Order: sequence, then structure tokens, then C-alpha cells
Amino acid sequence: MKRLCLLAAAAMLFAAPAFAQDNSSADTITVGFTDSQTGPLNVDSLGQQRGYEYWRDEVNAAGGIKVGDKKYTVKFVSYDDQSVGGRVQQLYTRLINQDHAQFLFSPYSSGLTAPAAVISEQYGKIMIDSGGAEEKPFELGNKYLFMVITSATHYMSGAVEALKEKNPHAKIAMVYSDDPFSKDVMKAAKEQAEAAGLQVVMDESYAPSTTDFGPIVNKIISSNADAFMGGGHYSDGATLARQMYDQRANMKWVSILVAPADDKFGELGPAALGVTVPSQWEVQVAYKPQFGPTTAEFATAFEAKFHAKADYHAASGYTSGTMLQHAIEQANSIDPEKVAAALNATDVTTFFGHVKFMTDPGHHGLQAAHEMVLAQWQKVNGKPGRQVVWPTAAQSAALIYPISASQ
Amino acid sequence: MGRLIDAGPDRLSRAMLGILASLIDGVLVGLVYGLAAMGLTLIWGVMDVINLTHGAMVVAGMMALYLLASALGISPYLTLPPVLIGGFFVGVALYWIAIHRMVGRPPLMSLLSTFAVNLILIGVGTAVWGTALFNVEVSLPGVSIGRYTFPGAHILAAVLAAVIAALLYVFLHNTRIGKAVRAVANNREAAELVGIPTTRLLAISVGMGVSLAGVSGMLIGTLFPFTILSGDGYQLKGFIVTVLGGFGNPVGALLGGVALGLLEGAVTPFVPVSWTLVIEFVLFVLVLIAFPGGIFASRRGAL
Repeated sequence: MKRLCLLAAAAMLFAAPAFAQDNSSADTITVGFTDSQTGPLNVDSLGQQRGYEYWRDEVNAAGGIKVGDKKYTVKFVSYDDQSVGGRVQQLYTRLINQDHAQFLFSPYSSGLTAPAAVISEQYGKIMIDSGGAEEKPFELGNKYLFMVITSATHYMSGAVEALKEKNPHAKIAMVYSDDPFSKDVMKAAKEQAEAAGLQVVMDESYAPSTTDFGPIVNKIISSNADAFMGGGHYSDGATLARQMYDQRANMKWVSILVAPADDKFGELGPAALGVTVPSQWEVQVAYKPQFGPTTAEFATAFEAKFHAKADYHAASGYTSGTMLQHAIEQANSIDPEKVAAALNATDVTTFFGHVKFMTDPGHHGLQAAHEMVLAQWQKVNGKPGRQVVWPTAAQSAALIYPISASQ
Repeated sequence: MGRLIDAGPDRLSRAMLGILASLIDGVLVGLVYGLAAMGLTLIWGVMDVINLTHGAMVVAGMMALYLLASALGISPYLTLPPVLIGGFFVGVALYWIAIHRMVGRPPLMSLLSTFAVNLILIGVGTAVWGTALFNVEVSLPGVSIGRYTFPGAHILAAVLAAVIAALLYVFLHNTRIGKAVRAVANNREAAELVGIPTTRLLAISVGMGVSLAGVSGMLIGTLFPFTILSGDGYQLKGFIVTVLGGFGNPVGALLGGVALGLLEGAVTPFVPVSWTLVIEFVLFVLVLIAFPGGIFASRRGAL
């Protein structure tokens, strides 16, 4: 009797998910992700989430993703990860096991994407990554993880090139958050700067929760630097920019990661002016899309829908959707193996730029083609706004150096 | 070319100037931290309750600053009187809601009840405003020493913090109510025997403690951008300051704040900045071992 009970229980265990899966695969595709509705990553995460949502609504309005004679509408399941890495693994497991998500999008930031990728790989689920630029998870032999954005080691290369052109003797202070993304970016930036003959006179990291950068700014002034590169995510980056301005650090060049790419950064007023930011995408870039909207179409429609300007997090979030959709259509199947093979073969240009994934086992899924631009906060019609200033071929306004000229 | 190479003595004097600037900065910000800690320590001194809503009250001061200054467009510093007065009434309400029944009970009870209120306040705040960063622009001319600048907002905030602390001292020592508060802190039963309405005075003390937290939050808001979740960090600093300054001693708390600021200023030029917090907490533990009542500990009830 006891044995029978056990057997029945075991059968139930296996049967239950099977039943559930039958239900969910009717004519919808379930995509799961977490977003940071609260916590320090809130601002940056919101853009990405809106990008996801914009894609979903657009796909569903067009009747869904076409596979053979069937059209699948897209359903989202998402949770608030509170910007906390510890929540992510629990929530992605839940997305896969309880919500039966067939495909996954990344959370926002490298710190959260790495733990999420452990779960997605474990269950063999495809996860499109638009929020984490750290390269490490792609060097572990993961098979189902694909990054649509330029990875961390290339973030600052434009800034280094541009600074070298303006001042080959620049002395740079590098001060950055000690999270994996920022450390990855700045380690590469230091190598690139030194290779370009620039001098790095200060190299330090701070805890992401730092609220008072006063002593750090004094230290930057003491280092005799005339250029600054660093930051991390929104809160710390914006605070750093304001305190460098308040304490008149008089940097001739300031590049800050991520924070200045958000329109909210303009709220800092004069402290924002002159600050440059490596950006995955700006409304001024003009790639010729093979399919999907042009930059202008995307920017206009996005603003009409959310009453907020599209930033690179929105554009990259949207691109996660279009790349998944493109791969499903190419594979003509929702089978993860076939879709992964289609992603491996992806080589397309959309309004976001050229997207192609590395396929060698040491870097599988890493972005191979997309390029970043450098944007600078300048006065646009009297108000602070972002202009693309580098590479010169793509620029919408001339680079201002030294930045005191812009303030 | 000459400018690129640092001459020895020049470099030394610049380094000295940098350290001096860090120390002055430390004192300026430390005064504001000290003001916040005064609120925490006042409540502890009077009724042996650790107010865990402290961080939330600091944030409430910040949000009041942001809403009043940006919505009504008034000068950030004009928000000080409403925050001071509003904070007092919020504190009195807090006393009746979460503290009154816990006074004289085991400390864990009041810790839990104030912690619960803290979670509720932060939760509601997060739901209403999210956790985005708020920035209040303050444009005051700063003071420069060499290449180092002390922003006007930092100087004014420090001055205001010192003035408010001085007023509190005068209030506690020279007014009837102030003296009564000290009497209650000294010996509640004796105070009651001579006809002091102790319950009302406990409520007033919490009102003043919360008011101080709110005002310091408002002042911090003029210095740095903040979010709904910023309070935790300042609450943590409040504990360090309280331990440095002595439990239940408001003047000690102000000195403790300055000591913490000086420590941050003195440490940062020499070690990587991420070590600052580690050093602070090592000191915290060492002080607790050497001076279990805090460095400026006073006799019980010597508010």
C-alpha cells in the first residue's frame, strides 16, 4: 500500500507539469523575466522593461509570431527582483517551473544577469541578455545565453580614443563602483588608456551604496587628474557628477557609465553639462534596418506610448524581443535547440545596429558586431540634452573639450 | 612641460592641503550627521527606546524638502520651519502609535514596534514614489582653498545644524519643559512624584527626536541626491555616532558626528575608499569594548 502511494505521488509529480505545459503552449509563447521595480537599479531597469513591453504589444497587435501556419501571441510573466541578486535565482526558477516560461529575458545589470544565467542554462532555456554587459558568464560555455548589446570591455574605447585626440597627455582619474560590470569596463578602459599613451593617475573603486562622494572628489583633485572616467549605475553616477560640479573639480573631461544615458540625468542641471557617456544607442544614430522600425519611428512611437524619451535601455530591451522573434521565425519552430541554432546564425541590422553572436565555445553568445557611440550632455535649444559626439562619422554635434566650455 | 612634473615640496604642500580639505569637509558633513544622531540619542536618553523609524524620518525630511521645494518652488532652506514643526507632530503621533505601550518593557518590544513602523513607512514611500533618485538643486557660492572647494550648501547645512543643536541645549537646560524632560530622563518615578506629567513629556521627547531626524534629512537633501531607501545608510551612521558620542547624550552625539566626519576625512586620502566603512565599524567595535557607554558617556540621565 505504502509503495502504491509513493508510486502515485511520483506519477503526480511528473504528470502535473506535463498537464500545465499543455495549457500554456496553446497559442501563446510565455516569456519570463525579472525587473527592478524597486531598489538602486530602478531607473535603468525601467527603460529596459518598457522596451520589452513595447515589443510585446507590437507583436501582438500584428497577430503574433509566425511559426508555420500558426501565430503565437506573446505573454509576459515578470517579478520585481528589488535590485537584489539573491532574489533573481529564486524568481527565475519560479518563472521556469511554475509559470512555464518558454523563453527568458535578462534582468537589468550584470550583477543580476550572471546568477539568472546559471538558472536558465540549468533548465536549457534561451535567455536574451540586454541588461548585463559583463563577459564572464559568456566564457563558461553557456549554450543558451545571447547578448544583444556591446560587452563591457568595449564600453570606454570610444571615450579613450576621443580623449586621446583632444589631449594626448591627459591624466585620468578612474573611480568606479565595485560591481562586476563597472570593474570589467574600467579594467579594460585602463588597459586601453595606457596603450593609447594616456596616464592613469588614480584607480579606485567604491561601494555601490556610497552616498557622499565628497572625500573621493577631494582625492580626485589631489591626484592632479584633468580627466575623469568611472561611475557605475544611476544613483552613484548622478551623485558623483553633482559633487564633482559642486566641489569644482574642474575636470576637462568627464565620462560616466550608464547614468548620463538616462534623460533623468538632465535634472542635475549645469552639473550634467559636458558629461560624456558610452551609449549602446541614441536617437541620433541612423542605421538602415533590414526589418522593423527605423530609429525615428521607434523613438516617436515609444514616446507616444510611455510619455518618456527612448533611451538605450529601451532600445536594447526592444532588440531582445526582435532578436528572439527573428530567430523563432527563422527556425520556424519554438523548440529551444532550433531557436538557439537560429540565434547562432543571426547576422542582421536593425535600428539598434548590427547584431551577430559569437559562436566559439570560449565566448558563445557574446555580441560580435554591435558598436557603441559616445554621447555628451550639451545645451540643446537652451536645455540640457544628449548629442552623439563620437565616432565623428556618426556625430550629431561636435565634441566639447574642455567641458568648462559647455557650462 | 614644467607643469607636468611635480616638484617635491609643491607636491607635499598640495597633499597637506588635500588632507586639510578632507578634514574640513568631514567636520561640515559630520555636524549634519551629528544632528541626526541627536534625535536618536534624545529618545534613548529619555525612555531607553531605540527608535528604528529614524532612517524613515530622515527620508521623510528629504522628501518634504523635495516636494515643497520643487512643487511650490520655494527656496530649499524655507522648508526648514515646516519640517521642524511637522516632524514634531509626526513624532508625537509615533509615540502614541508605536512607543507608548512599550516604554518600560523589554527593549526588544520597542525595537520591533518601531522597526515595523519603519517598514510600513518605507513600503508606502516606495509604492508612491518608487526608488528613483531625487535631486534638489541648491546654488550657493562656495569657498575655495587652493583647488579645493567647499560647496556653499555644505557650509550652510553645517552652520544650521550647529545652531539647532545649540538651541536644543539651551532648551533642555533653561526652559521649564526642557528641565522637566531632563528630570524624566534622570528618574521617571521621582519626576512623577513631584507632579511632572511624564507621559506628555515622553511624547514631547519623541516629537523632538523625530523633528531633529527630519531636519537633518532635509539638510542632507540639500547636499546629496537621495532615494526613498537612503535612510538606512544614515540610520547606520546614526548608530556609529551614538556609540562614539555616548548613549543618551545629545551634545556627545553632535561631537560624535564631528568625530565620524573627521575620521572619514582623515582616512580617505590614505586608503582606498571602499575601506572607509570597514574602518568605521572596526572603530565602532573597539569603542564599544573600551567605553561600553560611549566616549562622551555621561552619568545616567545627565541629558
